[in-house]
Amino acid sequence: MFRFTCPHCGERDVVEFSYGGDASVVVPDLAAGEEAWFDAVYQRDNPRGPHVEYWHHVAGCRQWIRVERDTLTHEILACGPATGRMRPETGGEGA
Amino acid sequence: MSRYSVFSVLKGGLTGQTHWGRAWRDPEPKPEYDAIIIGGGGHGLATAYYLAKLHGMTNIAVLEKGWLGGGNTGRNTTIVRSNYMLEANAHFYEHSLKLWEGLSVDLNYNVMFSQRGVLNLAHSDAQMDAYARRGNAMRLNGIDAELLDREQVRRYAPVLDFSDSARFPIVGGLLQPRGGTARHDAVAWGLARGADSLGVDIIQNCEVTGFDIQGGAVKGVQTTRGAIKAEKIGMAVAGHTSQVAALAGLTLPIESHLLQAFVSEPLKPFIDGVVTFGAGHFYISQSDKGGLVFGGDLDGYNSYAQRGNLPLIEHLGEEGMALMPSIGRIRMLRHWAGVMDMSMDGSPIIGKTPIKGLYLNGGWCYGGFKATPGSGWVFAHTIAHDEPHWINRDLDLARFRDGRMVDERGAGPIPGHH
Ligand SMILES: Cc1cc2nc3c(=O)[nH]c(=O)nc-3n(C[C@H](O)[C@H](O)[C@H](O)COP(=O)(O)OP(=O)(O)OC[C@H]3O[C@@H](n4cnc5c(N)ncnc54)[C@H](O)[C@@H]3O)c2cc1C
Ligand SMILES: [Zn+2]
Repeated sequence: MFRFTCPHCGERDVVEFSYGGDASVVVPDLAAGEEAWFDAVYQRDNPRGPHVEYWHHVAGCRQWIRVERDTLTHEILACGPATGRMRPETGGEGA
Repeated sequence: MSRYSVFSVLKGGLTGQTHWGRAWRDPEPKPEYDAIIIGGGGHGLATAYYLAKLHGMTNIAVLEKGWLGGGNTGRNTTIVRSNYMLEANAHFYEHSLKLWEGLSVDLNYNVMFSQRGVLNLAHSDAQMDAYARRGNAMRLNGIDAELLDREQVRRYAPVLDFSDSARFPIVGGLLQPRGGTARHDAVAWGLARGADSLGVDIIQNCEVTGFDIQGGAVKGVQTTRGAIKAEKIGMAVAGHTSQVAALAGLTLPIESHLLQAFVSEPLKPFIDGVVTFGAGHFYISQSDKGGLVFGGDLDGYNSYAQRGNLPLIEHLGEEGMALMPSIGRIRMLRHWAGVMDMSMDGSPIIGKTPIKGLYLNGGWCYGGFKATPGSGWVFAHTIAHDEPHWINRDLDLARFRDGRMVDERGAGPIPGHH
């Protein structure tokens, strides 16, 4: 199990959130061309370790948040609003 | 290799069954092979077996970082079926199912393939229409499919909830009678024994840590047991496909997710075939030892943890109770998880990479066990001829760039939704 510190609601259980995928993907400019769009839509680094990702607080404030989580240990490393700075998690728990 | 037969068992009875030798050798890696397969799961072992058996390539090695079948091959819920609608998947999985039908005899090893049927339940008229469409597509491709009404489903699986209070009343279902289950460990062991007897070196505790690539062509690998040369190298590492491909500088349309499976205490015969719930993601069958084997959705986020979390267990419990309340007092014995190589269109990738001599087998999502013999068969062909077989031609890596998705569910490029 893991819990996120939602920047708006505080510490909440993962069941209140829905996963939004890799947050390191940058949506290219509409005119950026096929290669940039192919990378953004299909290609993933898929790291085994720290991963920055979006979660939607569906059963809370309904805001999107950004989380840094270790995909190997499930440890939550940092949480923050979808845009803007993330705060390191101090009491973060692994699963 | 000594052949297994009833006579060897009877003869061994006279000497207290002490005559059994080891089923495959434990060789030291040679400095060079004609081909190397990375990953000693079912797919890697099947590839080596068919390379040796059908393509005369016997100077080859399978490199496995842990032990044989310690990956998803030994963690799955063993369902084998070919009930796909899209051409590319239908031909591939049906080819695999046909190989399953002869596998125990071919390997002289009982993989306990049991064609007990796979039934997908429908809980609405719209779902029945969708199943009729899929069943028709299957039959046009020469695959068996039967559309069952509610009464036929009741006869097939009377333990399901047919009462008036069922939360999602059963309307009917789509049955593939030739589908079923197999013994997962036996598949890895039988293929390993078969490949070894044809001269393949199976090397365990040997992790690939890098590639030797010169002028756009692969020349060998670095491993925890030294460098090994080969000009043909196949990757079959399932959940770790992105990691191994990254060692060769490749980025792939794959995310790794976790999938759990569960087994209950053993019961007397209770449910014959494999049944899948149609109002959620839950499926169940009964193993030969009597345990109910069940599973469902991914946990839902990228993970390499090989262990699951509790919310999904609760969710599956609820789905199971909605489908068959009679399981309510059965105790769960074990649960575990595996790392799933989820592709962007939900279909596998078997073919060439931009690097000459380097071949890719991955993106199996949660359905690659049933593909084991077929995957090895087409991957062996692809490696031997440096060209895909027509059966895996459309399951290539380039399809993502070219926009030729094979998206059975129409879920779009979100790996966790397939
Ligand atoms: C819970 C669960 C239920 C499932 N249920 C079903 C089902 O009912 N039906 C179905 O068809 N499929 C099912 N699957 C999917 C199926 O198990 C897999 O798709 C299939 O087993 C993949 O086989 P494989 O040989 O490619 O992978 P694996 O068996 O995972 O083998 C890959 C091997 O590569 C090795 N490896 C990784 N990295 C390296 C390296 N760097 N060097 C050397 N070796 C390396 C690993 O140790 C591993 O042994 C399920 C999976 C899970 C986890
Ligand atoms: Zn919130």
